[in-house]
Amino acid sequence: MALLEIRNLAVEFATARGRFRAVEGIDIDVDESEVLCIVGESGSGKSVAMLAVMGLIAFPGRVTADVMRFGGTDLLGLSPRQRRHVVGKDIAMVFQEPMTSLNPCYPVGWQIGEALRVHRAVPRRKVRARVVQLLEQVGIPSPATRLRAFPHQLSGGMNQRVMIAMAIACNPRVLIADEPTTALDVTIQKQILDLLVALQREHRMALVLITHDMGVVAETAHRVQVMYAGQTVETQATDSLFAAPRHPYTAALLDALPERARGRARLPTIPGVVPGIDDRPSGCLFQPRCAFATPHCVAVRPALAEVPGGRSRCHYWLDDAGHPTGHDRAVAA
Amino acid sequence: MSEALMEARDVRLHYPVGRGLFAKPGIVRAVDGVSFTLRVGRTLAVVGESGCGKSTLGRLATLLEEPTDGDLLVDGRATVGVDAATRRKLRLSVQMVFQNPYGSLNPRKTVGAILEEPLAINRRGDKRARQDAARAMMAKVGLRQDQYGRYPHMFSGGQRQRIAIARALMLNPRVVVADEPVSALDVSIQAQVLNLMMDLRDEFHLAYLFISHDLSVVRHIAHDVMVMYLGRPVEQAPKESLFANPRHPYTRVLLAATPSVDPAHRTTAIAVKGELPSPLAPPPGCVFASRCPYVQDRCTAERPELRAVQGHQVACHFAETV
Repeated sequence: MALLEIRNLAVEFATARGRFRAVEGIDIDVDESEVLCIVGESGSGKSVAMLAVMGLIAFPGRVTADVMRFGGTDLLGLSPRQRRHVVGKDIAMVFQEPMTSLNPCYPVGWQIGEALRVHRAVPRRKVRARVVQLLEQVGIPSPATRLRAFPHQLSGGMNQRVMIAMAIACNPRVLIADEPTTALDVTIQKQILDLLVALQREHRMALVLITHDMGVVAETAHRVQVMYAGQTVETQATDSLFAAPRHPYTAALLDALPERARGRARLPTIPGVVPGIDDRPSGCLFQPRCAFATPHCVAVRPALAEVPGGRSRCHYWLDDAGHPTGHDRAVAA
Repeated sequence: MSEALMEARDVRLHYPVGRGLFAKPGIVRAVDGVSFTLRVGRTLAVVGESGCGKSTLGRLATLLEEPTDGDLLVDGRATVGVDAATRRKLRLSVQMVFQNPYGSLNPRKTVGAILEEPLAINRRGDKRARQDAARAMMAKVGLRQDQYGRYPHMFSGGQRQRIAIARALMLNPRVVVADEPVSALDVSIQAQVLNLMMDLRDEFHLAYLFISHDLSVVRHIAHDVMVMYLGRPVEQAPKESLFANPRHPYTRVLLAATPSVDPAHRTTAIAVKGELPSPLAPPPGCVFASRCPYVQDRCTAERPELRAVQGHQVACHFAETV
């Protein structure tokens, strides 16, 4: 059984124009010491889904799920008070943009210690020593003096390390990192990713990495879940996903990477944009932008089906050569 | 060789910064000794991490800042030490595209008004002619005619960046400085905008100064690459050669740190420690010495100058051997 098991998670927001489903029935399974990457463009619902797991969706948002289990405990059945004992301790999250997530009014040492005090992870008189140890662990030089630094006195990379120290303070079993390196330079990004993977190995922690950077995915993930407009469109092990994507969206996304277009003058593009709140199409959500769309795609929404290597939400999932199966244009493509 | 649209010769920009009432003011060498030539139809990419001076170089190139030392020529004419009116005129031939299309377009103006503004400010044509020019430019960047009267909030990020590019081209510039033009966009949209920029470069015979931190994008669009670190160029070379055979340790570190979708890339990682040193107190020797995996005694004592190594310009004492 997976450490974190989620079935049919949906997040709805009540808007002036009716209900908007930001996340529509996604399943997530993460095992101990597994690195799962959730990829998608902006607006795909990847961050909202994870906030829902953390229980951080507030009114007017509404979270529903058939199953939301963590290590055998049903998270949905817990009272908010009981849930707060789990969240931040056993399931922790590193947020995007450390500069806005940290409290500017308190020194970083105090903010890291807060997690330890709230969850009574260590005796009070040992909190300081543990914070110094955490700062050391995330690679902050001279940790004993940095305790008293305020977020504005540290660089973006340093603040991101503080966020990570805060998240791992209570030795979580699942760490969710939401675009932890987006705002950082590549050399710092490399350091942070190496750190996360090292922590994950050392503590047999499960790591859920939310990102839009395919390079980051290729270098860190064991398994990948691709999201589009609130749905999971494909899930596969990393190597097979990059070798043989089964969903046209994943394939198009990989083709659009400048790195894969070497030597070609023009980049292959995906026409149009991710559907927004008002213009969710009928049938398959990717159908208006898909090169292989048929009337069947417009009429019937495909289900997430078993395909070689994983699962794909497409009537005509792609074979190893990238041709849609059972499609009359398969040969022409 | 085609004509040089812009030429920088050992350009420097030093800012004095106060460090309190009684302390001696310090000097930040934001750009320290940069030379390059931009030619028709070519793209020079400037890469480096935040704080390396690449955006300041963009401000210099668009003539928003005057260098404290060195020469900058636009279309063969000097821009340093000339009077304000001349500078203003020269400025027309260098236009800019900014990083964030959500912040660089006036939310209270329609697309038409945004595109006509540069013409109106410079008193080009009458109202009718300006409108025609704006509509023609909209077609060139792939915007529909019925979007003429719409406001920026009605567009997606990619479309906004198209508007920003159209605005930059309204005055028929020779050089376009693009500061991270695609980093705020999603991958699928990024490809559309990059294609557009390359088409326009060829159609309008432009030269691009393309500022970016994303090496995979640079590898696609650039002809020449300049790698900067702490205000100084550390390596300059044609694109193919730079990616195939990087000579400066920092270029190597940068290439190794850039995540790649190629599974073979994982094994070649070179670790790098620490962060950029403070630009107020740069180290005496090589600026990269504190983080360099190949550092030797000479590096901390003596500053390496740019020199030719295997067709590259490299600022490293050991460029041949590392």
